[in-house]
Amino acid sequence: MSTLLEIKNIETFYTLIYALRGVSLSVEEGTITAILGNNGAGKSTILKTVMGLLDDQPDKGTIEFLGKRIDRKDPEVIVRMGLSYVPEGREVFDELSARENLLMGAYIRRDRAGIRRDFDRIYGYFPVLKERENQWAGTLSGGEQQMLSIGRALMNQPKLLFLDEPSLGLSPILVKEIFNIIQTINREGVAILLVEQNARMALAISHVGLILESGRFVMKGPSKELMKDKDVQEFYMGIRSEESAKGYQRWKRKKRWR
Amino acid sequence: MLFETIVNSLSFGSLYALVALAMVIIYKTSEVPNFGQGEMAMLSTFVAFSLLATYKYSFVVSFVGALLFAAALGVFLEFTFLRRAKDPNILSLILITLGFEMILYGVASWKWGADQQLFPFPISDQDTFNLGPAVLSYLNLATVLITLLLMLMLFLFFRYTKVGIAMKATQQNAMAARINGIRTNRILSITWALSSMIGAVAGMLLAPIATLDPNLMLDPLLKGFSSAVLGGMTSLVGAALGGYILSIIENLFGKYVSLEFKSIVAFGIIVLVLCFKPSGLFARHYVRKV
Repeated sequence: MSTLLEIKNIETFYTLIYALRGVSLSVEEGTITAILGNNGAGKSTILKTVMGLLDDQPDKGTIEFLGKRIDRKDPEVIVRMGLSYVPEGREVFDELSARENLLMGAYIRRDRAGIRRDFDRIYGYFPVLKERENQWAGTLSGGEQQMLSIGRALMNQPKLLFLDEPSLGLSPILVKEIFNIIQTINREGVAILLVEQNARMALAISHVGLILESGRFVMKGPSKELMKDKDVQEFYMGIRSEESAKGYQRWKRKKRWR
Repeated sequence: MLFETIVNSLSFGSLYALVALAMVIIYKTSEVPNFGQGEMAMLSTFVAFSLLATYKYSFVVSFVGALLFAAALGVFLEFTFLRRAKDPNILSLILITLGFEMILYGVASWKWGADQQLFPFPISDQDTFNLGPAVLSYLNLATVLITLLLMLMLFLFFRYTKVGIAMKATQQNAMAARINGIRTNRILSITWALSSMIGAVAGMLLAPIATLDPNLMLDPLLKGFSSAVLGGMTSLVGAALGGYILSIIENLFGKYVSLEFKSIVAFGIIVLVLCFKPSGLFARHYVRKV
């Protein structure tokens, strides 16, 4: 196994807000890596920084993809190297048909036969997109838009796929379906970096999990072990901890990672 | 009588429609009404005139040459001025386009003078034929046909070509376009080139009817802008239809109400549209669910 993505000690600012305070992370080929954390911890910021969507960021640190430096490069360049991004909130092209959305995913490709094969592959994952082929993407349901967004990112034949909150605003059944397909995609050889609030689902399908708090990683480990961890269970999975001696449930354990 | 008026409106309607299309194409990507559009077209027409009259090239060569010049001019203006604007807001962008208007007007006056020139066009506006009760010149017919052909090409371009779809994609969601590898800056350049070329066609079709001087596009620009507002600044089909509707209303007004006040119709329409349907008649815009 070789390392696809190597992030070393990046720091990101939103003008004056210190959002990432030295984050290091590596993603191995063929794995699913999950980043968990609260609102505002900086999970999405990591993905946006790597994709080059934040101007002049990271402020410090280096990012290497396939052994080449990509920090501060434009997203148009990074995408061409084989890194696709499914943004938070889907961001489909509202007034293009579902088919045209997928076609835009293959914008950088020239091989017609391969594109046609990938259309079939994605319609295989998400048969509903085939039915909605000629419908404006803006008129699709949230779940369908999420599928479209993932499909669009796959059309670029990525080696590594970034998923930002794929479960956002979806029903539990849909979440399960989407996560199943994420696993299928991974088994077919695409490495995945997943950012999620839904810790239970994310840890269930990922190989490695990291926990981010206030712009720093506070924990890292194989997902199976993280799932058993008491702190993770209490803070991210809503499993109650022990009763106190006085006989009532305390709201929180005192320990915080800071 | 009525039929005649409507038929006669078609050729001017085509010109309005072309200017409206040119403005809408830029408006959709740059989100700014380009008030320099008219002068860009005027300057390109002057280039065609120079190639024809001074350098004695054939009409086809001059026509193509002017189109290439128009494309280059569009790319140049966008790249050198609009893209430099830091933290642009709508107002400052509009001011920049007004700046284009004045600069280009000045350049044309300096180079070609304020004299009225005759633009030699291979199709005559004197030879006429009858279409039912209406009398049309061959130039009118050519104007309408060229415009329709251009619209068909635009339709096919935005419907079936990768670049055309990518242009729409960039207009709808620039961030999403970038993460799919679409070079949005390049798309912006293409937009300006395309728009400038459409405007140039309008200029070259108008020049033989009017006389060629730096004021050539002043009136058509305002009418084209009105048409675009009427049809909806975000809809290409709307802008095109708006051009014809405006021209027809204008001529009917001139015929049946008052010829002297014909030219205020366009402004009246802008006011009415902004009062009653600010998005324009044909804007079929998908509103994002919140």
